[in-house]
Amino acid sequence: MNIGRTAPSRTMPGGSSSSYLHDGYTLWSWLTSRDHKRIAILYALSITAFFFIGAVAAALMRLELVTPAADFVDADTYNRLFTAHGVIMVWMFLIPSIPSVFGNFVLPLMIGARDLAFPRLNLLSWYLYAFGGLFTIAALMLGGVDTGWTFYTPYSSVFSNTHVILTLAGVLIVGFSSILTGLNFIVTVHTLRAPGMGWMRMPLFVWAIYATSVILVLATPVLAITLLLLAAERVLHIGLFNPALGGDPLLFQHLFWFYSHPAVYIMVLPAMGVASEIIPCFARRPVFGYRFMAFAIIGIAVISFLVWGHHMFVSGQSVYASMVFSVLSFTVAVPSAIKVFNWTATLYKGSITFSAPMLYALGFVVLFLQGGLTGLFLASLAVDVHVTDTYFVVAHFHYIMVGGAVMAYLGAVHYWWPKITGRLYSEAWARTAALIIFAGFNLTFFPQYLLGYEGMPRRYHSYPDHFQALNVLSSGGAALLALGYLLPVAYLLWSLRRGARAPSNPWRASGLEWTTPSPPPQHNFDRPPDGSKPPYDYPPIGSTRK
Amino acid sequence: MNQGITLLPPAASAAARSTDRLYLFLVGFSSLMALAIVAVMVWFCYRYRKGSRVDRSNAPTHGRGLEAAWTIAPFLVFMYLFAWAAHDYSRQFQAPGDALRVFVLAKQWMWKAEHSNGRREINELHVPINTPIKLVLASQDVIHSFFVPALRNKRDVVPGRYTVMWFQADRTGEYMLLCAEYCGTNHAEMKGRIIAMEPQDYARWLDGGADHPGLAERGYAIFRRNGCMGCHAAASSVHAPELSGLLGRRVHLADGSVVVADETYVRDSMVEPQKAIVAGYDAIMPSFKDQLDEEEIMAVIEYIRSLDTGRLMGERP
Repeated sequence: MNIGRTAPSRTMPGGSSSSYLHDGYTLWSWLTSRDHKRIAILYALSITAFFFIGAVAAALMRLELVTPAADFVDADTYNRLFTAHGVIMVWMFLIPSIPSVFGNFVLPLMIGARDLAFPRLNLLSWYLYAFGGLFTIAALMLGGVDTGWTFYTPYSSVFSNTHVILTLAGVLIVGFSSILTGLNFIVTVHTLRAPGMGWMRMPLFVWAIYATSVILVLATPVLAITLLLLAAERVLHIGLFNPALGGDPLLFQHLFWFYSHPAVYIMVLPAMGVASEIIPCFARRPVFGYRFMAFAIIGIAVISFLVWGHHMFVSGQSVYASMVFSVLSFTVAVPSAIKVFNWTATLYKGSITFSAPMLYALGFVVLFLQGGLTGLFLASLAVDVHVTDTYFVVAHFHYIMVGGAVMAYLGAVHYWWPKITGRLYSEAWARTAALIIFAGFNLTFFPQYLLGYEGMPRRYHSYPDHFQALNVLSSGGAALLALGYLLPVAYLLWSLRRGARAPSNPWRASGLEWTTPSPPPQHNFDRPPDGSKPPYDYPPIGSTRK
Repeated sequence: MNQGITLLPPAASAAARSTDRLYLFLVGFSSLMALAIVAVMVWFCYRYRKGSRVDRSNAPTHGRGLEAAWTIAPFLVFMYLFAWAAHDYSRQFQAPGDALRVFVLAKQWMWKAEHSNGRREINELHVPINTPIKLVLASQDVIHSFFVPALRNKRDVVPGRYTVMWFQADRTGEYMLLCAEYCGTNHAEMKGRIIAMEPQDYARWLDGGADHPGLAERGYAIFRRNGCMGCHAAASSVHAPELSGLLGRRVHLADGSVVVADETYVRDSMVEPQKAIVAGYDAIMPSFKDQLDEEEIMAVIEYIRSLDTGRLMGERP
């Protein structure tokens, strides 16, 4: 919690007092900073806090599910737990995670800019995020909300007696933070690239954040509208979704998923961007098929807007609509498959080392691959009828969002940690944590695929006896996973005090962010860097040994 | 833990086994893909680890042909999967005309079923095997989902509309019935059993419980009590649509469209009569939304259906 205040005092001696960490030591200097790097740290601290709140909710759920009977928490508590877990993990952690932390910190450095295009707006985004977060925390403290993160009507608009409005307000406010951040990134990428950096010279991480920002700006307003309509029905009794008032519950689902399916790509596109930085660096090879990778990102972003109906194959939408959404859902899997093939091909004839960031990145590819393949099951109409709303779906989206996005987020943390803090962490501990997380994750979520096909519905606090064996496995995996997530907190905090000082480019990586000192000076670059080098400009292996 | 860990739960219908075939194909295909890709990754990671003495010359940075191949090949496989799955899916929506109808009402937190002769049951549904069953599902409060894992079938029961689901069990036994759409506090307790029986056992079971009037008969009482006869009886002076033979008939609407009068249409005509006005009639029917609950509406629909089996309007069925 005190990375910001501890780090500067420890990094002082070198005399490199131009580091952004030395630009003031008071809390006030952090809370009023318009430096993209400091705002990134504010985000990192706040999303980490939310991650652990959401994780505690998950841990309590997994404890309850060890036995078939409802014995650890009662039904209402359980319903509040899975809602809190979903709302916090989706809106307070995953959506801001890579974009708001690493997009903020690294994107301007990568394109050779001194800051984002609108530094004040950037600070406002964080305040909106924190303010929205407070609403969510308040709802939680006052007794929670029990609608599920999907807020399906008419349950949420009429039947639930919990703090729906407070939670909606929190999510709505955080949504504005997303929109402003997205806008900031779009303008930054368009206007602040270093001289010589054409679009086809941008690192793929920049492409990914750019595509994500477009989705944030286009989709989030629809979420805001949907939540306001829901509030209008709940508070003012205007019949929109409640059939008793002449509304249609399915309208809500269409609106909600029109945002929430692209939101999945808000979470996973940045993860793909991270993998596309790390894998070339540790394979010492340019990313295979750069142009194809960039176009795949854009392709995914566009098609992601056209697949929302695959959440509704059994909800009463027309058979023909379902077929169209099914075709499009299979289609969006094609660019995702391309990316996996190209990452694999990047390894070919490389000179590969397995530092912690690489382990996380390879773990990401393997888990994302599994999540993607099981997505095919869900796009297959007849199979989806059986497995939708079961643990199969729970397993699938955790493979994408936790196995994929969180693994990549941790990869990014380990890859850019030396740049951000100027410190090196314990490589041995970092590798151990990566392996524990990979194993714990699979043990937690793979059994859930089997549970789902056997027919265990999601959001059950008690369940028929014959589902127990798989649930026990899953809860055991969750314990291992929890250990895996706590380890980095320990060794990363330790590195802030005791870690060796990081050179400006500890991984010998290409990319402009590695040309400034670690941690970077407040103004990033002394003079505008040259952006005309191709991305991933790793020299042919064997030719250099510098 | 009477069942342990199994790949496939029991299957009680041909459709369920057909879903299993597609599922197993997907399991095979995706396992093969995952293993192949991970194997290549591991091989590359081993062979091209730093310091290994292998040929690294002419390392490619892209490959148009290769990339085209791994774009087109997955796309073709995906389209094949789509066609297979869509074919099975569309069959789930084509209920045979002679299917046995059972009304099911979902509410927080129970399933109430009513058979044609008036036999009712809660959290249980007795059905004959080798007979197509058409469930007409309604919800009284929030969205529920009628989920029978052994049939590999589920359907959301959305309030404000009828949901139709059909299946044909071919193995006797008891199967889990679950609610799959989160519906509030006791969502996990909203479960029951499907009891699939030999047709003659079912007939015997059905007769054993006809202690109250059949659906159509109750519907007739509701029809009279609410004054529907005032307009819809043949002798009425009010110009109102003729109801006998309505279900399944094509109805021409005032806006020029044609609909087939199914349960949903008849229900909407009672609760939201302005939604679809029959061509040639005035929009004078009042809404019965606040007078009738879902169970009563179902009974009236069954009464209207009984009219086309020879009985005349106003005659006691």
